[in-house]
Amino acid sequence: MAWMSWTLPTALFFLSIFLILVGMTAWQIASPSVERKGFLPLETTRGDRLFIGLLSSAYIHLAFVALTEVHIAVATVLSVIWMSFLMRWG
Amino acid sequence: MTATAAPQAPVKSRAANKARSAHIRGRIGLVFYLVLLLLPIYWLVNMSFKTNTEILSGLSFFPQNFTLENYAKIFTDPTWYMGYVNSVIYVSMNMVISLLVALPAAYAFSRYKFVGDKHMFFWLLSNRMAPPAVFLLPFFQLYSSIGLFDTHIAVALAHCLFNVPLAVWILEGFMSGVPREIDETAYIDGYTFPRFFVRIFIPLIRSGIGVTAFFCFMFSWVELLLARTLTSVDAKPISAIMTRTVSASGMDWGLLAAAGVLTILPGLLVVYFVRNHVAKGFALGRV
Amino acid sequence: MNKVENNKAWFLVLPVFAIVAFSAIIPLMTVVNYSVQDIFDPQTRYFVGTEWFKMVMTDSDLHGALLRQFIFSFTILAIEIPLGIAVALMMPTKGRGASLALILVAIPLLIPWNVVGTIWQIFGRGDIGLFGAAMNGLGIDYNYASNPMHAWLTVVLMDVWHWTPLVALLCYSGLRAIPEVYYQAARIDRASRWAVFRYIQLPKLTNVLIIGVLLRFMDSFMIYAEPFVLTGGGPGTSTTFLSQSLVTQAIGQFDLGPAAAFSLVYFLIILAVCWVFYTTIMNMQKDK
Repeated sequence: MAWMSWTLPTALFFLSIFLILVGMTAWQIASPSVERKGFLPLETTRGDRLFIGLLSSAYIHLAFVALTEVHIAVATVLSVIWMSFLMRWG
Repeated sequence: MTATAAPQAPVKSRAANKARSAHIRGRIGLVFYLVLLLLPIYWLVNMSFKTNTEILSGLSFFPQNFTLENYAKIFTDPTWYMGYVNSVIYVSMNMVISLLVALPAAYAFSRYKFVGDKHMFFWLLSNRMAPPAVFLLPFFQLYSSIGLFDTHIAVALAHCLFNVPLAVWILEGFMSGVPREIDETAYIDGYTFPRFFVRIFIPLIRSGIGVTAFFCFMFSWVELLLARTLTSVDAKPISAIMTRTVSASGMDWGLLAAAGVLTILPGLLVVYFVRNHVAKGFALGRV
Repeated sequence: MNKVENNKAWFLVLPVFAIVAFSAIIPLMTVVNYSVQDIFDPQTRYFVGTEWFKMVMTDSDLHGALLRQFIFSFTILAIEIPLGIAVALMMPTKGRGASLALILVAIPLLIPWNVVGTIWQIFGRGDIGLFGAAMNGLGIDYNYASNPMHAWLTVVLMDVWHWTPLVALLCYSGLRAIPEVYYQAARIDRASRWAVFRYIQLPKLTNVLIIGVLLRFMDSFMIYAEPFVLTGGGPGTSTTFLSQSLVTQAIGQFDLGPAAAFSLVYFLIILAVCWVFYTTIMNMQKDK
């Protein structure tokens, strides 16, 4: 495993992704999600919105890194807000 | 077209004539396209039968001093012909692995709904689309650390990255064309799943499997980047030998052309067997 | 087709999941790890946070490669899609001619990518290649190794030669799926050739065309072997596309950190485009 060069932040990152996936699966089994239409221009299930949220969050982070000097945590906070917004009304 | 138009000829002769001339124009266009398509390949074949002095002395459509020397060199020099052997070995390994894992998965996708099926399918597709260059660095480290660097199985496994998703896509398309009633009848008749799958289902989608095997073969055969990075001596594929030998010893055009011609032949042989289903395969079984 | 709900189907998918996870998830995690560190060897490494990302995102060489990549991808799509449709319309549908045309058209697809590069390397040269010599004969001092415009022309031409057959085969299979009745109805209505194409053939082709655009866009976005052999990315950096920049950085210079950050940005672009296409294809199938 040494060649993978783990660090604490990346380990925590993957752990949280993994936990989100487990949580979403459990949620899906407990109460299956149906497709619905929110402010996004297409019908989505919960999993779709999660994916859209994660992908757009990645882009938000990249934009912050490339274009601004502010701390990356600002981007993270914004992404979390955006994601909860998306999950609820997307 | 002429056959259907002929009986009504007196009434529709002008329309038929028009259709006929459009038809001829189409044929001429097609022949023109095919000539342009084959010209570069013809040039390669032509060159492979020439000596280097002849190649450099001027252009000609036919070899003046016909020679098989270039081919003889490839078939007698182990650093050359072992390249073909290595390529064939990892391509076949990859084909077998891809088909074995993809068959049950494609069945699951074509017949059942399960938690996360759509996302799983998308994830597979995204791996087919991802550039191999992205995975180059970790692959190199991964296979070095588990002692598989420069082995055939390393290349075969690496090519699974894009071939397994492709195989699942194509097979799923073909399997969706088989009516569900066949499965149900078999289960009522007391077939267990494995027995049904091997005895009844697989023979039904034979052509689909053939096409899938062809595509796995093809994409593994034509890939250069991963195959070159993951091998150094023992499993070095022909494509890597072509790029490296040439840069090391100056340009031996005749030899290079002969090596190129020999890489085209296996594909030609294989495509002949699946010619009627190739187009459907390219559409990932979705026509 | 109405599918049965059955979560046990996961067991059938498990082998695929395992093998693709091994070749995709583990490497991807590694790339993420590398991208936030400065690595000299496994013991000597420092956490640098987002520094590499900043470097990659503001690197003008990479902006150049990305721009070239997009121009290249859109150029070849604009040529290959119409040309592919035209070839498909001309291909015979019955008899021995159909099989022969099918195999001949498919040939370029079966050639290893580096050999495609080799073929055009030879074919395009002024001294030993037919194409280069023909261009010289027309009075153009054609040299793809020193003139960026000629290098571009050769790379685009090579890609069109190599991949138009894919679009043609896709469209061909789409056309074959149109029932003969449609054409008969059109003949009775005395529909023009254009009307037949516009209202009968094109609608049926939409599905395969989306797949064609998807495959061509994605594959042109990862093009490596052909220009690598043909021009080596030159002259200068005029034909250096994304994959080649990345390979140079990762294997040539062994800059693990920046190469990993670059890989992730590259991957994110692919993921977004891929998702758009996938959603489109799935929605179209749902509408049917």
